[in-house]
Amino acid sequence: MYAVQIEKLTKIYGSGDTEVVALSDATFDVAPGELVAILGPSGSGKTTLLTAIGLVTEPTRGRVVLDGELIVDNGWPLGLDLKRVRREKLGFIFQHHNLIPFLTTVENVMIALENNGIVGGEARERSVELLGSLGLGHRLDHYPALLSGGESQRTAIARALANRPRVILADEPTAALDTENGKNVMRLLKKLAVENRSAILVVTHDRRMVEGFDRIFEVSDGRIVGEQRNGSSNA
Amino acid sequence: MNLALRDIRHHRSRFIQTCLGLGLLLGVVMSMGGIYRGLFTDATAVLNATAADLWVVQQDTSGPFAATSRIPEDIKYRIRAVPGVAQASALSFQNIQSERYGKPFRFFLVGYELGGLGGPPVIVAGRPIRHKHYEIVVDRALKMPIGETIRLADDDYTVVGHTAKMVSSAGDPVAYVTLADAQKIQFQDDDNAIRNNRARLAGQLGRLPYLLPDQVEQLIPQVAGIAGSTHIANTVVARLSSGADLFLVQERISRWNHFRPLTVQDQVRILTEGMIKQAKMQLGLFRTLLLIISGVIISLIIYTMTLDKLRVIATLKLIGTRNRVIVGLILQQSLLMGLIAYAVGYVLISLTYEKFPRRVELVPIDLIVLFVIVLVICIAASLVGIRKAMRVEPAEALGG
Repeated sequence: MYAVQIEKLTKIYGSGDTEVVALSDATFDVAPGELVAILGPSGSGKTTLLTAIGLVTEPTRGRVVLDGELIVDNGWPLGLDLKRVRREKLGFIFQHHNLIPFLTTVENVMIALENNGIVGGEARERSVELLGSLGLGHRLDHYPALLSGGESQRTAIARALANRPRVILADEPTAALDTENGKNVMRLLKKLAVENRSAILVVTHDRRMVEGFDRIFEVSDGRIVGEQRNGSSNA
Repeated sequence: MNLALRDIRHHRSRFIQTCLGLGLLLGVVMSMGGIYRGLFTDATAVLNATAADLWVVQQDTSGPFAATSRIPEDIKYRIRAVPGVAQASALSFQNIQSERYGKPFRFFLVGYELGGLGGPPVIVAGRPIRHKHYEIVVDRALKMPIGETIRLADDDYTVVGHTAKMVSSAGDPVAYVTLADAQKIQFQDDDNAIRNNRARLAGQLGRLPYLLPDQVEQLIPQVAGIAGSTHIANTVVARLSSGADLFLVQERISRWNHFRPLTVQDQVRILTEGMIKQAKMQLGLFRTLLLIISGVIISLIIYTMTLDKLRVIATLKLIGTRNRVIVGLILQQSLLMGLIAYAVGYVLISLTYEKFPRRVELVPIDLIVLFVIVLVICIAASLVGIRKAMRVEPAEALGG
């Protein structure tokens, strides 16, 4: 079973003269454990694609199946609990980390677990373990303002991984990092994709960062204009 | 994990400062309530301390507190003779303003009969008045030590005792002298006036053709004595014997010419509805305005705090945090701010209310009502922030 299946996914903003096609007929599948990059210049529609999969933007047309559950079928089905799907199936990593500034490192991870009903000692224990595995064991009680860029992004990755989601969506996760830290984060994502069997979709405009990815989709003007598999390419 | 407490912990100094500011405001609201209550207590302090059942005053007046009333002192004998009356005493009241140590010195002087009604209800220092003349008991708010003398009219009065928390309806501290002294202070003319009156009397009597000069000479002291009599009181108060019918006694006295018997309820109505009604309304209005201002301030603070957290709220929504957690974050902070501010206000006013120049009476029911109002204001104020938070789209967490 695929972790992500999208079919003819389209997003149109406005109508008539003001109509803008932000995403047009995007179709692909991502298997569990696969690390996929969505590459394209600014305004190409890559973030729209990511937010449509992440139930943040409602697509105009098309289908999205996450972990076998149909969640988009020409728009969001009536009664679909978007937050439930996001909590259970998705993990998000943001360009600017988006850590909660008034929570410590460990609490930033715990909040994701608590959203899923894992509370108290168990939530802390799992968070500490996860942060330890990402090399942040010595920063558990630090506030985000006291963390370096790399540490912040690793904390954000820990939060995204906390509920062991089947799909992780990362929006420009290296944009706020220097090259070295950016590459480290990408290496970490690759490792986690394999270890956790999570499908990881990374949106980036930086071609230098996608080295070692399983697949790379190139997006331009709202369309997927190319697909490159590890070593091969289909334009 | 309680997000509200975590946020407060992170911004504790800003939160504490805000709570202190609001606490000062709520302290003022509490003091307004206390002053509002104190006005009533002050207005009825002398009335209650007198513990009389009936107040007989001059006809067609609402004396002795709200209007001038002058009645002959000896009417008390007639009142004592009314069936059901156990005790009746004449009282005099007057405001005195003089200077002490170069500062205005104002008090309310009560003249009472030794052993009668209307004297100081309690002596907290010194002793009660024992001699018929030249002794005075003052409220300790006047800050006159025992043994100090004060000149009233043409005589010096020595402070022999202190009473406490006795003020007039205008809030002036009360002092007590004997009725005879009070009558002399209030009603007796000074020597020049006496001489002038006698000269005028001699002139008028001398012009009467049927009086011989010797007769005029004999009449002058008699007539002057009657005209200058100080046996006047402002009221005669009566206490009824147990089982006596108050309204029967009142009805009986009201049939007399020139007098008006008022019950305690009548006096309370005159004092509260007439004398202090507008002051109470003013305070009530001011209090309401302050509460509205508090509500607006809490609203603005909570709204600003929510605006500061829009990206956090968007992120929380994106990672699947339930709405009730986000609502709780805002609502709990608002309530906590209100609770802490209330506590600050309460502590502040508890420590200072006795230092206020006028009585501040903190009544539990007022404090409870204010507490509930503060909670309601906090909930209402948080709604603005909650509304804003609920409109935040998860997409706002993305991008730069």
